Amino acid sequence: MSLLTIDDLVVEHRSPGRPVVRAVAGASLAVAAGEVVGLVGESGCGKSTLARAVCGLNPVTGGSVAFDGQPVTPLGLRRRKLTGIQMVFQDPYASLNPRRRVGDQIADGLRTAGDTTTAPADLLERVGLPRDFAGRHPHEFSGGQRQRIAIARALAARPRLLIGDEPISALDASAQSQVAKLMRDLAVESGAGLLFISHDLSVVRLIADRIAVMYLGRIVEVGRTAEVWAEPRHPYTKALLGAIPKPDGMGVLPAELPGDVPDPANPPAGCRFHPRCPLVMDVCREKEPDFGPVACWLHEPK
Amino acid sequence: MTLDITDLKVTIGGKEILRGVDLTLTAGRVHGLAGESGSGKTMTGLAVLGLLPHGSRTAGSIRLDGRELLTLPPKELNKVRGGEVAMVFQDPATSLHPMLTIGRQLTEHMRHHLGLGRAEAKARAVELLGKVRIPGPEEAYGRFPHQFSGGMRQRIAIAVALACSPKVLIADEPTTALDVTVQAGVLRLLRGLCDELGLAVLLVTHDLGVMSAVADEVSVMKDGLVVESGPRGRVLREPAHPYTRALLDSLPDAELDPAESGTPKSGTPESGTAKSGTAKSGTAKSGTARSGTARSGTARSETANSGAAEPDAEAR
Repeated sequence: MSLLTIDDLVVEHRSPGRPVVRAVAGASLAVAAGEVVGLVGESGCGKSTLARAVCGLNPVTGGSVAFDGQPVTPLGLRRRKLTGIQMVFQDPYASLNPRRRVGDQIADGLRTAGDTTTAPADLLERVGLPRDFAGRHPHEFSGGQRQRIAIARALAARPRLLIGDEPISALDASAQSQVAKLMRDLAVESGAGLLFISHDLSVVRLIADRIAVMYLGRIVEVGRTAEVWAEPRHPYTKALLGAIPKPDGMGVLPAELPGDVPDPANPPAGCRFHPRCPLVMDVCREKEPDFGPVACWLHEPK
Repeated sequence: MTLDITDLKVTIGGKEILRGVDLTLTAGRVHGLAGESGSGKTMTGLAVLGLLPHGSRTAGSIRLDGRELLTLPPKELNKVRGGEVAMVFQDPATSLHPMLTIGRQLTEHMRHHLGLGRAEAKARAVELLGKVRIPGPEEAYGRFPHQFSGGMRQRIAIAVALACSPKVLIADEPTTALDVTVQAGVLRLLRGLCDELGLAVLLVTHDLGVMSAVADEVSVMKDGLVVESGPRGRVLREPAHPYTRALLDSLPDAELDPAESGTPKSGTPESGTAKSGTAKSGTAKSGTARSGTARSGTARSETANSGAAEPDAEAR
C-alpha cells in the first residue's frame, strides 16, 4: 500500500475567453513511505499543477488522488484534518511571511501537528541553521537560508509526505544540491515520502530513488533512477538525458530536441510526443499509448 | 586580440570584488568563465560594459582593439555599449521589456547606433530573427515577449544583442533559466553565430557541462581571481589547480569519476585532439553530438554525494 496514489488524474485550468487548458491529462503515480520520487519534465508540462492538485490547492477535474487510502479534499477556508502532506514552494521569497519572525512561522507548523515538546529552534538546527535565528525576519536571510526555513516549517507539521515544487530553482547554483540533499535526508530520516519536482535532471538524479518523466500532462516513463539514467526507454527521456552537456572537455554540443512543447490547450492527436519524436511510427499519430511504465508504442507491454 | 582585460580590480564599498583579473577574448572564439557564485564572474562581464553598481571603483585596464574602456567618458562608452560590445542576460523574462513589441526592442538601438531608417531597421530585424531561428520572423516582429516561450525569448535576447553587429558578446548565464532541451538549442545557436560572424564571446556560467560544450578557452575564477586558464580540453580533463579539480569533483556526473581516481592518463589521447580541433571544428562538433547513447555510467551518487558542494575546503 503506497502512501500516495495518483490515479488517472486530470486537472484543467479554465479562464474566461480562453480554451480550457488540460494541464494534467491522465497522470498516474505512486509514492511509498520513505521513498523519494523525482518528477522531471520541461517547463509547462504540468509538473507544478500535479503537485498542487496533490495538496488540494487545485481542483481536480477527473481521476483521483488518495493519501493513505483517503481521497484528498480541496483546500478551503475551514480547518483541515489532512496535515500529513506538506509542501515546500518554489520561491522562498514569496512563500515566507515577511512580517513575522521565522520562529513563529515554524511554530505554526508545530501547532498543526499538536507538538508541544519541540521548539522552533530545534527545527532550525535540523536544517543546519543556528538556533538563535528563530527571532529574525525572513529578509535577514539569503535565498538558500530562506528555503531551509521553509523546509523547517514544512517539517514542523510532521508530514508523512513532503512535496517540493521546484524547491531549488530559485536558489543560487551552489546552494541547489545542498538544499536538495537536505530535503532528501530529512524526509527519509523521518520516514516520510518525498515527491521532488524539478527540471534539473542532475539534481534529481542525486536524490531520487525513482524518476517519473512528464511530458505535456502525462507521465511517459517511470523507473528506478539508476535504470532510467543508464537505459532510458522512452524517446523523450532519451532526448532529455541526451541534452545534458557533459563536462568532459571534448567540446561536444548536446543533442537538440527539435521543436517546442506544443500548446497544452491543443495537444497533438495520438501520442503527445509524436511531432517531436525521432522514432515516430504510424500508430503514434493515431492512438495514444496509455500504459506504463513506458508510455510508448515501442515499449508496449505484451 | 579583440578584448584584453589586464589586472582588473573592482572595489565596491571598500570590499575587493575583483583582485586582478586577466582575460583575453579573441574573435571567433568562445571564452568560458567558470566559478561558484560570488567569485566575480558576473562583475567581470559588467565591468567591460561599465555597468557596475554605483560607488564601485575600478583599476587596471580593459582594452577593446587597443582602446581603453575603463576611462572612456560616458558618451563614448554609450557608443560601445550595445554597439561594439553587447550582452545577453540570464533571464529573458526580465531582460526584455514586457510592454514593447520585440520589433521595437530590436530596432531601437539599431536606429540609434547605426543610424538606420525605420524600414531598413525592420528589414534587418526580420533578418536577425530568422538568423536566430524564430519561426515566422515577419509575424514575430510585431509580437510581445509574453507570446514567446522561454527558449524563444532567449533567442530574441540574443538577436537584440547581435543587432548592431558587435565584436564582443558577453553572455551571462544565458541558459541557466532554460530547460535542458532548450538549452541545447541556444548553445548550438551561440556556437554557430560565433563561428559564422567571428564574434568574441565571453560565456559566464557555473555549469561546467555547458562550458565543455561550447567554450574554446576556459578560465576558472575564485574569490575575484582567475586561478586557472587554458584550452577547454586541458582545463576540464587535466585541471592543474586544486580548485578546478574540486569543482569538477563536485559534479554529480559519474563519467568523470574513473578519470579522477583510477587512471588519470587514460583521457590524454582524446584531449590532444580536442585541443587541436578547437576553433574551426564547429561543423564536426555538431556531427558527433549524439551523445545520449554513450551515457553508460550509472548513478554513482554515493561518491558524488560525498564530494559535492564543498570545493572550498579542498582548495585550501
